Formats: sequence, structure tokens, C-alpha cells
Amino acid sequence: MTATTLATPEPARRIRWADMGPFLALALVILIGTAINSNFVSGTNIANVVTRSAFIAIIAVGATFVISSGCLDLSVGSMMAFVTGIMILTMNRLEPSMGANAILVGAGVGLIVGALCGLLNGLIVTVGKIEPFIATLGTMGIFRALITWMSDGGSIPIARSLREPYRPVYFGNVFGIPLPVIITLVVVLVAAFVLYRTKFGRRCTAAGSNADVARFSGVSVPKVRTMAYVIQGLCVAIAAICYIPRLGAATPTTGALWELQVITAVVIGGTLLRGGKARVWGTVAGALILEVIANLMVLSNMVSEYLVAAVQGVIIILAMLAHRFIK
Amino acid sequence: MTTITRRALGLLSAASFVALSAGAALAQDKATIAVSIPAATHGWTGGVVYHAEQAAKEINAAFPNINVIVKTSPSATAQVSALEDLSASQKLDALVILPFTSEELTGPVEQVKANGTFIAVVDRGLTDPSIQDLYVAGDNIAVGANTAKWMAEKLGNEGKVVVLRGIPTVIDDERIQGFTDVMKDTKIEILDIQYANWNQDEAFKLMQDYLAKYPHIDAVWANDDDMLLGVLEAIKQSNRTEIKYALGGNGMKDVVQMVMDENPMTPISTPYPPSMIKSAIYMVAGQFNGQAPMRGSFKLDAPLITPANAKQFWYPESPF
Repeated sequence: MTATTLATPEPARRIRWADMGPFLALALVILIGTAINSNFVSGTNIANVVTRSAFIAIIAVGATFVISSGCLDLSVGSMMAFVTGIMILTMNRLEPSMGANAILVGAGVGLIVGALCGLLNGLIVTVGKIEPFIATLGTMGIFRALITWMSDGGSIPIARSLREPYRPVYFGNVFGIPLPVIITLVVVLVAAFVLYRTKFGRRCTAAGSNADVARFSGVSVPKVRTMAYVIQGLCVAIAAICYIPRLGAATPTTGALWELQVITAVVIGGTLLRGGKARVWGTVAGALILEVIANLMVLSNMVSEYLVAAVQGVIIILAMLAHRFIK
Repeated sequence: MTTITRRALGLLSAASFVALSAGAALAQDKATIAVSIPAATHGWTGGVVYHAEQAAKEINAAFPNINVIVKTSPSATAQVSALEDLSASQKLDALVILPFTSEELTGPVEQVKANGTFIAVVDRGLTDPSIQDLYVAGDNIAVGANTAKWMAEKLGNEGKVVVLRGIPTVIDDERIQGFTDVMKDTKIEILDIQYANWNQDEAFKLMQDYLAKYPHIDAVWANDDDMLLGVLEAIKQSNRTEIKYALGGNGMKDVVQMVMDENPMTPISTPYPPSMIKSAIYMVAGQFNGQAPMRGSFKLDAPLITPANAKQFWYPESPF
């Protein structure tokens, strides 16, 4: 059944309302926000919210690959903290000899470590044939313990002399657009190209849609899934590169529970949790919805501080229900 | 009830058996102090582990007749198991414990006490205080109240402040209560109090939102220094100049450093020092070396950390 839906060519011109779901939801949340508090639409606030959603958005783009290929990655939050720690330690080590160039080398090391972490997850899942949920639950614990061990439970701060040259990566902007937002856009454009315009992208959703059918049509499912995990690792590293200049330190609580936000963003965006369908732009809308809701909870005075999480939960479920009924 | 007694009896007999077989002479000569604490999962517990290990090293080196063993546990259940392992394998003369939770650890600690072990409890109390011989804790209400008094005085008893609180726990409630009770008697308006889970990232975001929501803020209080670092970054980014003070609490080394450097925005902090575990270990060690027994409850004050006394609260080697 899933195979047939995959094969059916969809009418190109008509607006597909079901796919518009996450964007309509985002528009609705923004409208409500404007009504609640006029400060919501102020330039600074919008810039803050969009910029801070960059981390979840970038990681969630990677998760779109993993989830659409029929897998899951629970380790992204811990991996993010681990990669951040490795990057800071590398930069601090190289800073005396290389000065500000240490940032570039550190970022390169981060990308390599991120890709390797993803590869590790991928190999455990595909070669080890272990359920993605359990495999990444294991690596989640490993990465979290490693960052705690590296920091002795405290924090790993970046060298003082690197703070100023590195700061613009989070706080800077080009033509008024914050740099993390531009980085996110580049990541999303590349991801959209790979997912929708390349053989790999189609194989990815095919593997998630029906692994057996994909295998019979000559797709190496393990290879595709391993690659999806590597992409996830790279996305985590890119997010880490943007993250470090914000607070300049890695701690054992860095990225805690981000995996859940990432999965929520992906699913709100219209990607199927069981795989077979990927919506990269929807994922970005999902990440924005999460941050906007959190922002509105603080800006509005209607919700008791004790109930914020409950209201967020209700809004997410409502968004998913609306999504279903629009179809 | 019966199972508990039976288990206690089992433990007792096991302990005495070990004591007998493992050479009574050695056991009598050397006093064993076991220290059971949470594993380092965030800044403050990281500090506790550091200070406990320092104390063990120092005491083991200074007094050859005392042996201090430090055991960290990642959860309450693991801590219960650790207590069973510690007391099963040797005779414990004293136990210094920072319990994960009061309810779950009360029974197991009571069983250790049944073997004649001296019990020192640190920070979080047990449900039944009669179990402990010694209790050392900080004063969370004072952490909030002393900060509030200083802030109110500096602001001339009027102005607008925002507050960031931690994770919903008794510790957090007491700090907030101490702060708000003092502020009630002033003309200072508390604009907002929201949770940021003692997390730098969340504090950064929350402070950004406060700044968007309120056009004028005189001062900020984050009830933990980890959060304060996030707050300061958000203020720096906003270029807002009306904020006179941003204060924290706990005595994290980076913040104590700011106090020493006479930072105009953060000129003070209030301690809730993880080193209290070290004080407790030393107090317990006193009775095995110089026969200077200490019993009772000791509540550490939360005096303001100022540039004058900051050095006493600064541990550059500690992770916190």
C-alpha cells in the first residue's frame, strides 16, 4: 500500500493542503502571538526566536533523513554536547600556536567527530542489526557520560582570546539576517536538494517506506541508512559550531532533551515517524513552531509558570490533530 | 516490617562475619569513613565530588589511622545499592551521606546505623532526623533573602526586577520564598518568575524573552550561578543599559571571579557551597583521631560574597 502511494505521481499544480499544514500552524501561532503581546512582533524578538531555533532546526534536518529512512536517533542531544566539548578542547589546545585560526581547525575537527559519531550509530543499527531506538539509547548514554567525564561535571569554557573572534558566528548578521539563520538556510537548501533531487534521497524514503521492496529494487538499505546517520552527525556538528559562541562553554546539561524537541519538530513538519515520507521545509516550520510557543509562554501572562509545559503539550497535540483533519 | 528486620539482621551478621574473618586487629586499628554522594551530573554535584575527593586525599595522608572511601552514585537506587555494598564488605565506623532523595534513602541509612555506624547527613535531610548523629546543610532561604536584602538596599527599595528559578524542588522553592518574602516589604515590583531549570541555555532564552517583554528592568536575580552566565550573555547581546544588577547564587568559581574583579553588574554572590561535604568529613574525622566528637545540626550561613572575602569562597581547581 505504501509502495503504491509512493509510485502515484501527485498533481503538480494544485496546492496540497496537507503539506501546507505545518506552515498554516506556524502562521496561526504567529497570529495568536501578535494578538497576545505587541512586543512579540518587534524586530529583536523575532530575530531572537528565529536565531535560537537554528540549533533544533539544523539537527532536525539531519533527523529528517534518519526518520524518513525508517530509523530513529535518540542520541543527538548528547552527541551535540560531546561534539561541542571536543571542539572546545581542540580550539583551546591549538589557540596558543594558531590564534583565531584555531576556530576553523576546531570546526573541522567537530565535523569529522560528528560524522564519526553518526557512522557509529549507523553501523550499530545496520551491521549490528540492533533496533535504532535501543542502539541510539545506548550511544545517548555514552555521549552524555563522556561530556560529563571530560568536564568533571562542571563546564568546559572556551579560551578567552577566542571568544571575540568567534562571537559573530552566533551574534553576527549579514544584511540584517542573523548568521545562524543563514547557516540554517544553506543546510536546508542542500538537504532539500539531496532529498528531492538525488538518487540517494529517493532511496532514503524508499528504504523507510518499505525496506523489503526497496531491497528487491536494488537499493542497499543498510548503506542508505548508515549514510543517513552520517548526515545526522554532520548536522549535529554544524549546530555545535553555531552553538559554542552563544555561551562559550559545554556543560553536562548542554543539549539535554534536545532529541525529543528534534523528533517533535520533524513530526510536526509532516515527516512520518514510521518513515517513507520526508518534508525538510516542514521540519524547519516545526522547529520554529516549538520556539515560538515557548517564547509566547513567557511573553503572555495567562499561563501559570507551573503549567507552561502542559500548555505546550496541548498545542503540539492540537497542531497534529489539525494536520490530520485538514487532509 | 519483619523483612526489614530480617534484612537488617542479615546485614549485621554479614558485617560481623567479615569483621571477624578479615582480621579483627586491622579493623580495630584503622577507622573507616565511607562517603556516599551523587555522581557529578551538573556543576554543583561536580563540586561536591571534587571536595569529597580532596577531603579523602587530605585526611588519608594526614591520619594513617583513618581510611576515607568516596563512592558516587548516579541515582537514588544506585545509592541504596552502594550503601549495601559498602556495609557488606567492611565494618563502617562512620558514614557521611548526601542523600539523593530523603524518602528513598531513609530506610537504607537506618540499616547501616543498626551496625553501630556513626551517621552524618549533608544537605538533604532524611525523613527521620533521629537517625543522624550529625547534620550539615546550607540555608536556601537565606540564599534568597540575603540577595534580596542587598538588592533592595542598592535599588533604594524601589524598582522592577525579574527572577529566574531552577527545577521545581524544595531547594528552589525555599530560595524563591526567601527572596519574595523580603521583597514584599519593599516597593520593588517582581515583574516575573519563570523556570529555567538551572540551565545556561534556557536562562539565556528566558532572559531574551524577559527583555522583549519588559521595556524597563532594574535588576535580575537568577537563583543559581549557572543560569546567571546565560542571563549576562543575553543582556550583553541586547545592549540594554538600564539594568543595574544581575545576581546569582551558589558560589560558582567563574562568578566568584567576577566578584573579585569588582564587576559592576555582579558585585556580590551568595554561597551554597558544595564544600559543605568537606566540612562534614572533617568533623567526622575529628572523633577518630583527636577524639573530638561533634553531634548536632549545623546550618551554614549564606553570607554575601564580596570582593573583600571572595578569596575564601574561590576554588580555582574545582570544576564548579
